[in-house]
Amino acid sequence: MGRKILFITTDQQRYDALGCNGGTVARTPVLDSLAREGVNFRRSHPQSVVCMPSRSTMITGQHVATHGVWMNGVPLPESAPSIAATLHDAGYKTALIGKAHFEPFLDPFLRFTENQLGTSGEFSKMVDGHLHRGFDHMESASHGGMGNFHYARWLMQNHPEAVGMYYRVLDMRLQVNAAGGGDTGGPQVHDNSIPREWYHTDWVAERTMSWLDSLPADADWFCWMSFPDPHHPWDPPASEKHRVNWRDLDLPEGYPADRARREAILDAKPRHWRMWYEGEFFSNYEAPDSWVPKTLTDDQVREINALTHIENELVDEAIGRVLAHVDAKGWGADTDVVFTTDHGELQGDYGLMFKGPYHTDSLMRLPLVWRPAPSAGVPAAEVTAPVGLVSLAATFAHIAGLPRPTYTEAERLPTSDGEASSLGHERVLTEWDSVLFGKIVRMRTIHRDGWTATACLPGTVHDGTEGELYDSSTDPLQQVNLWSDPQHHALRDDLLADMWDHLPAASDPSMSAATRRPCDAPV
Amino acid sequence: MGTVRRHVFIARSADDVWGLVGDPARLHEWFPTTATEIQGSKRWVSLASGLRFEEDIVTLDHDLRRFQYRIVNNPIVQSHLGTVDVIADGPSRCVVVYSTDADPEVMALMIAGAAGDGLERLRTMMENH
Repeated sequence: MGRKILFITTDQQRYDALGCNGGTVARTPVLDSLAREGVNFRRSHPQSVVCMPSRSTMITGQHVATHGVWMNGVPLPESAPSIAATLHDAGYKTALIGKAHFEPFLDPFLRFTENQLGTSGEFSKMVDGHLHRGFDHMESASHGGMGNFHYARWLMQNHPEAVGMYYRVLDMRLQVNAAGGGDTGGPQVHDNSIPREWYHTDWVAERTMSWLDSLPADADWFCWMSFPDPHHPWDPPASEKHRVNWRDLDLPEGYPADRARREAILDAKPRHWRMWYEGEFFSNYEAPDSWVPKTLTDDQVREINALTHIENELVDEAIGRVLAHVDAKGWGADTDVVFTTDHGELQGDYGLMFKGPYHTDSLMRLPLVWRPAPSAGVPAAEVTAPVGLVSLAATFAHIAGLPRPTYTEAERLPTSDGEASSLGHERVLTEWDSVLFGKIVRMRTIHRDGWTATACLPGTVHDGTEGELYDSSTDPLQQVNLWSDPQHHALRDDLLADMWDHLPAASDPSMSAATRRPCDAPV
Repeated sequence: MGTVRRHVFIARSADDVWGLVGDPARLHEWFPTTATEIQGSKRWVSLASGLRFEEDIVTLDHDLRRFQYRIVNNPIVQSHLGTVDVIADGPSRCVVVYSTDADPEVMALMIAGAAGDGLERLRTMMENH
C-alpha cells in the first residue's frame, strides 16, 4: 500500500480566512491543526484568479497559457493531461466530489461531460477511449440547488422543497444576480432556510465518506473533495447565522472606512480599478454587471464578511468529519492531506467585493496547507518561499512515488524553505485575459522577493503603460502603488523581465492569438 | 446585445455543403441538437438538456447560400438572429460562417459555442464522406 491523498479545495477563499493564517473570526480548528502538523505555505498564488483557469492549472500542473483555459467559459479539452489520470494509471482509485468546473456550467446544449454526468446521475464516462479526467467517480455540486449537478439532482429527488430556498445565482438575463438581501441588502446575500444537513457543504462531505466506504481496505486512493463555499452567493443555512453577528464585526483592515481614502487608493492603481468601482467598466462575469461597487456600505461589508466566516466554519467542521472517518477506516497514518482554494475574494478590500482583473493579495494570496502522511515522517514547517497551485500535480505524483509527469510545468511543493530553494521556487506567476464582446483586459503578474509586479498589457482599457508594484514587507495591504515611482523603475523592470523569462511563450498575446480557443459560455 | 461569429473552412464545394446546411430540417445531423421539426416557416429544435427552441425561419436563400432564423417565444431570449453563410472559396473549398446576435448576450456565447462544435462536425462529415 502507498500513501493516500485527500485533496481538499474551497472556492474563492482568502488567505486570512483561517485561524492559522491570522484569521480572528471564523473558528477553523481542523485546518489550523493540519497546518501545525504539516507544512503551511505563507505565499501561495493561483495562476489565474478565476475558477476554471485556476482549477485547470491544479489538474494539469500547467500555466494558463499552456492548458489554454484563459477565462471562465473556455472548456478544458478532453485530451488535456490530468494528474488524476496519471494516478489512476498507477493503480489509484480516483474521485472528485463537489465542484469540478473544468467545463462551462451554462450548457443548454449539454455538450460537456461534467454536465452530462450531473444530469444523468452517472459517475464516470469513457471519452475517446479515456476515463473522463481520470476519475473513477465524479459527483458534482455547485453554489445552489439548480443546474447540471449531482447535488441538484439529489436535492430535487429527495428534498424538492429546498431547491428554491437557495439564492438565485443568475438573473433573467443569465447575468450574475445583483439582487440584495439579508439585513443590509448586500448583493448575493440571502436568508437560506435550508436545513444544514441538506446544504452543499455537508453533502460534499457525506458523499466523500460514502465513496471512501466503497473502497477496499488496501486501496490507494486520490480523492479531491471540492467545497463550493465560501464563493458567493452568501447564503449559509439560516440555522447557523448565530455563529457570527455581523453587527459585532470590525471592518476589514483592507477596507478604509473613509470613502475619500478608498478612492485615492483606487486612483493610484491602473484605471480599470476605479472604472469598475464607478460602474463604468465591467470586464467579465465574475461579479454582477449591474452592481456598482461604490454603492457598497460599511454594513454590507460586515454582513458579507460574517456570512463568509460562517461558511468557512461549516467547511472546517465538514473536513473534520471526513478526517475522523479516514482515521476510523485505519488510513490516517498513510494519508496526505492537501488543502487550498482556487482564488481569493476581495471581501471589502478597497471598497470592492467579488473578483475580477485585480491582482492583489485579496485574490492571489491563498491558504495552502500540506499535511504529509504521518508515516512519511516529514517535519512540520512554514514555507515562506513563493509557490503556486501549478505545483500541485507534481506534488501528488511525488506523494504517490511517481516521477514528475512530463506535462507539468513546475516542481512539486517543498516541505521547507531550504527545499524550496533547491527546487527552484523563487517566483510565482499569474495571468489574466478577458476578451469578450470587444472588451479586452490582459494582465501578467510576478511575485518574487516580497514584491508583486503586474503589467497591464494593451487592450481596450489599458495602453500598455500601466501596472502595479507593491512591497509586501512595508505595504501588506497593497495600497501604495510604486509602479510609476522612478526610484523603483529598475526593480520593476527586472521583475517584469524575470516574469517574461519564466512564463510560457504562449502567454504573450501576440504568440497565442491564432490558437486561442473560443469562450463557449460566460461561466 | 451580444454578437459572436464562428467559421470553418471545408474542403468540399459550397454546393455540397449547402446541400446539408441549406436544409433546415437536417440541423440535428450536424449541430449538437437531438431533433428538428419543421412546419412551414416554423422550426422547433430539441436540445439534449430537454430544452426546446421555437424558431422562425427568416431567410432561406439557395442562391446566396444563406440561412437565417430567430429564436422566438422564449422566456429568456429577448431577441435573436442566427445567420449561416456558405461561401465558395474556389470550386472545391468553402467557408461556413455562423453568426449569432442575441439578447441577453450570454445566449450569443452559448449558441456560438454549440455552433463551434457543429461546424467542426460538419467539416468532418463533409470531408470524410
